[in-house]
Amino acid sequence: MPAVTETREAVEKLAKSSYEWGFETDIEMDIAPKGLNEDTVRLISERKREPAWMLEWRLKAFRSWLEMKEPDWAKLKHPPIDYQDAHYFAQPKKKPGPKSLDEVDPELLRTYAKLGIPLHEQALLAGVEPAEGERLPVAVDAVFDSVSVATTFRKTLEEAGVIFCPISDAIREHPDLVKQYLGSVVPVADNFFAALNSAVFTDGSFVYVPKGVRCPMELSTYFRINARNTGQFERTLIIVEERASVSYLEGCTAPQRDENQLHAAVVELIAMDDASIKYSTVQNWYPGDDEGRGGIYNFVTKRGICRGARSKISWTQVETGSAITWKYPSCVLAGEGSIGEFYSVAVTNNHQQADTGTKMIHLAPNTRSTIIAKTISAGHSDSTYRGLVRMQPKARNARNFTQCDSLLIGDQCGAHTVPYIESRNMTARVEHEATTSKISEDQLFYCRSRGLSQEDAVGLIVNGFCREVLKELPMEFAVEAQKLLQISLEGSVG
Amino acid sequence: MSGQSVAGQTSAALDAFVERAAARSTVLAGTGIPTRRVEAWRYTPLRSITEIVWKEAAPLDAASAKNLLDKIAYPANGHLFIFGNGREVTSLSSLPENVLRTDAEAVDPLEDRFSAVLNGALGRDGLSIRVPKNVDAGLLTLATLHQGSAISTHLRHRIVLEEGASLTLFDANVGEGEYLSNPRFDIILAEGARLRHVKHQSEAENAAHLAIINVEVQGNAEYDSFTLNGGGAVARHEVVTTLAAPHALVHVNGVQVVNGTRLNDLTSMIHHAAPDCNSRQTVKTVLSDTAQGVFQGKILVDRVAQKTDGYQMNQALLLSEKAQINSKPELEIYADDVKCSHGATVGALDDEQLFYLRSRGVPEAEARDILVTAFLTDALELVADEALRELLLKGLFS
Repeated sequence: MPAVTETREAVEKLAKSSYEWGFETDIEMDIAPKGLNEDTVRLISERKREPAWMLEWRLKAFRSWLEMKEPDWAKLKHPPIDYQDAHYFAQPKKKPGPKSLDEVDPELLRTYAKLGIPLHEQALLAGVEPAEGERLPVAVDAVFDSVSVATTFRKTLEEAGVIFCPISDAIREHPDLVKQYLGSVVPVADNFFAALNSAVFTDGSFVYVPKGVRCPMELSTYFRINARNTGQFERTLIIVEERASVSYLEGCTAPQRDENQLHAAVVELIAMDDASIKYSTVQNWYPGDDEGRGGIYNFVTKRGICRGARSKISWTQVETGSAITWKYPSCVLAGEGSIGEFYSVAVTNNHQQADTGTKMIHLAPNTRSTIIAKTISAGHSDSTYRGLVRMQPKARNARNFTQCDSLLIGDQCGAHTVPYIESRNMTARVEHEATTSKISEDQLFYCRSRGLSQEDAVGLIVNGFCREVLKELPMEFAVEAQKLLQISLEGSVG
Repeated sequence: MSGQSVAGQTSAALDAFVERAAARSTVLAGTGIPTRRVEAWRYTPLRSITEIVWKEAAPLDAASAKNLLDKIAYPANGHLFIFGNGREVTSLSSLPENVLRTDAEAVDPLEDRFSAVLNGALGRDGLSIRVPKNVDAGLLTLATLHQGSAISTHLRHRIVLEEGASLTLFDANVGEGEYLSNPRFDIILAEGARLRHVKHQSEAENAAHLAIINVEVQGNAEYDSFTLNGGGAVARHEVVTTLAAPHALVHVNGVQVVNGTRLNDLTSMIHHAAPDCNSRQTVKTVLSDTAQGVFQGKILVDRVAQKTDGYQMNQALLLSEKAQINSKPELEIYADDVKCSHGATVGALDDEQLFYLRSRGVPEAEARDILVTAFLTDALELVADEALRELLLKGLFS
């Protein structure tokens, strides 16, 4: 099996190459002492200048968390996490309100440059408007460690009536909206990691799209873990009113680390009648070295609710990073005729472990969901698709289609599929199919006989394998995702 | 139904049952009876079992045994071996020529499987046989009969087929009253042996059935099984099979027909532990009234099991608004050069198909019957033995 051998070599080589985006930025930090207790929660709330109700909310979450146990059902192995051995708050020290580019810490700007945010951020931070006829750019809410340092495009969005800001600002400036919706999809005691996040989240994005507004640009948050030993607890809340729509992009890279870093984000999406939310993620947290040491632990709760009739929530994710991924972006289809979608590519290599999938909860009639999950395992990694499709008694004529395909590269990895199908309505229809295989020798031979090099052939086949998912990504991300796949798997073939 | 913990139920009945079993099982003493929080029993609550003080039963006489057996269709030919309320009914039992009775032997305790643990704690009696090398032992009907109230039996069977041997086993389960049948089979198929295991589970509507079938399949051997799971208040047919040497072949097929308030469960673990093996599984479930169906099928492929070909299909047909299906087809794969797939569908009868039949003058009820029959017959085709297939068909539509 020369192809497999070569691919394996490629993968091994890659493992040895250092993490491309593993740089660290040296910026002054305001760091809370290590440890987690009520005082930590109070400190975070105080630093964020939050109203009293928010503190109460956090404390409630913290108290529930104390009584909860870390979930152990996922197919993941890691040393116990010491929740007291981390900083829960890190804030870059900055002068209040940079008025111009000159006032922005030059180190920060260099970090943006290295992050390679593919847009005009530098100029935009300086307030340069795009030229007439130019394609509408992406708005970036750059989260630098735990605090959103700069938010671009706020004005253009404001004109459209769209609110896009750091969640800590939203708590102060739009308390009614936050109060109404925060925790409405993922309650504070939903699960261990969601409770932890609710208690100590430091930042994240808030999006509100009013009735009938089609968000004029794609919204994007680039965030990265930066300070040593600070857990990253992002909280994102997106509310889209009747007939409105938004496309939200989330992507991340993280510097190389020796210690495991905890990441427990919560994302809540709410779609009203005829609203549509597209949430795309490219996840490339540091996966650890070739022994699996030092990677990010990524425990994420993402859930959207289609509250309104004919609303739609679509999750697309490309997961290539993290030592451990625990993530199940889900849709609660509560509105009649609402639609949930989940498109996922998960690549694991070396000693990475991923347990990821989705839940589609059909509550209302005529709801539809589609799940396309592609898993690629290489090296010593283990990758699990874990999904739930549930048809509740009222889900008349609901439909689900699920397809899970796994590709194994090398004989030391594992690929697992654990779908749960529960139906309580006879008119609901569920279809599930899953396959596991390696790269077919026939396909390789076909490509090779037409003059493609081994690495191009593998690249082509892997990209083809993921095509159904990649085509769902917004263009900017599709490019980045393909690049990531190459880096993760066949970047140094030959 | 909520996942109530055993600890929360302090009925004397439960205590008595658990104590009786736990006295002889350290595992059971430690964990008690699984609640729905235990993943393997997530969809199949054992609460009803814990509400009864199960007693050991008095043996059945030959006449009652015969009466019970006549409730289902069983082969007229071949040999018949009967257990009535957990004891051998000697006057009605015989074994094919060349089949040797052996002593029971120690078995893998299968400590993570409750049905095996319970059987390990309370098991006694059973049929231990050996089919010698290259002998075709023909057809054996093993009937497990129950009659009584609040009785439980925990039979232990052991079937060893030596190299090149073959046997067809018709495994009939029927009874009257309220009872728990918890049989365990340990089946060992040596090189080139072939066992056809056709089971008809037609327990009484208040009965519980927790069967565990542990099968080891050696090279070029074949375990070809088919189960019609169609009775009991709570009934699980659980198969744990290991493909232990190259070119082993396993079929774990079945049909579940669930009505009333019953719950039928087919749980299987197909473990590919050697290269070049094949496994095939088709399970179809038809549900009506407020019935619940469970399918949990796992295919595990070890790192050494290269060139594995595993296929699994499970389909459920819901005929009523209140019926429920829970299905969990699972793949756990550690070898890269494999071809494994599974498919699952859940739905009602196809309106277009109904329309087609009705437009040709078939009354609705009849049209439905035709479609349900077609759905099930498709799976029954997998029973290789034609005579046994006919018997199951009779069982299905009686």
